[in-house]
Amino acid sequence: MNIIMAFMSGLTMSAGLIISGMINPQKVIGFLDVFGHFDPTLAFVMAGALGVTAIGYRLLANSKPILCDSFDLPKKNQIDAPLIGGAVLFGIGWGLAGFCPAPALVGVGIGLPKAIIFVIAMLIGMFLARKFLNSK
Amino acid sequence: MDISYVHGLIGGALIGVAAVILFWFNGRIMGVSGITSRILAKPDRDYWWRLAFVFGLMLGGLFAQIKFPVKVVISASGWELIASGFLVGVGTVIGSGCTSGHGICGMARFSKRSIVATIVFMSAGVLTVFFKKMLGI
Repeated sequence: MNIIMAFMSGLTMSAGLIISGMINPQKVIGFLDVFGHFDPTLAFVMAGALGVTAIGYRLLANSKPILCDSFDLPKKNQIDAPLIGGAVLFGIGWGLAGFCPAPALVGVGIGLPKAIIFVIAMLIGMFLARKFLNSK
Repeated sequence: MDISYVHGLIGGALIGVAAVILFWFNGRIMGVSGITSRILAKPDRDYWWRLAFVFGLMLGGLFAQIKFPVKVVISASGWELIASGFLVGVGTVIGSGCTSGHGICGMARFSKRSIVATIVFMSAGVLTVFFKKMLGI
């Protein structure tokens, strides 16, 4: 059952990414281009997503998940060097091509060769970074 | 108002619905980079739902392509895609999240770490686009 709901969640998210236009890297680069041809669409996407998620999380705060015993939330709350350094690297990569993980995965489903190249490089990066973190 | 802003708001709300589904039923945060990168680790009991989530994302793209093809413009060159994909992969694992995990889910629960991460990666993205244009690459 939790496999089906995760699938539904992924499917819903891909619909959201397609309708919002966020699978188009050009829209993302447009948002980041604040000193040039600024395209504010991503701000509307964030507003819609944050609004629904914040309300949903708030309403569920005092309950339990339907399919398991408790909510699994990140335990860390310190601002540390890996958080900042990782976010810098991610931001540079994001600005370079306009892709972040979710839209790129939808792009693979669409069958875009460039999205496939991006995702393969991303998986290699993820694999090596996990290996590096585990070795420490 | 530009119609693409309305689409942005509606699509964004759907992304929120997806985050609430995963939280309400599975009790999990919808962080796409974390879900994807952990599939590469040794399989544990969370392996199958993670795979199903990624499969849902990709199948959504396939459905859309069959029913109402979307036009996607990717201007990045092959090397740019390889470099950016690698940086996104490394950065999201080290920084424990991406646009969905930090930017949406983390900020929606007012996590200090996620708010800082989102400000940092957005700024890095803005600077990257700026310098890329300035240098003409």
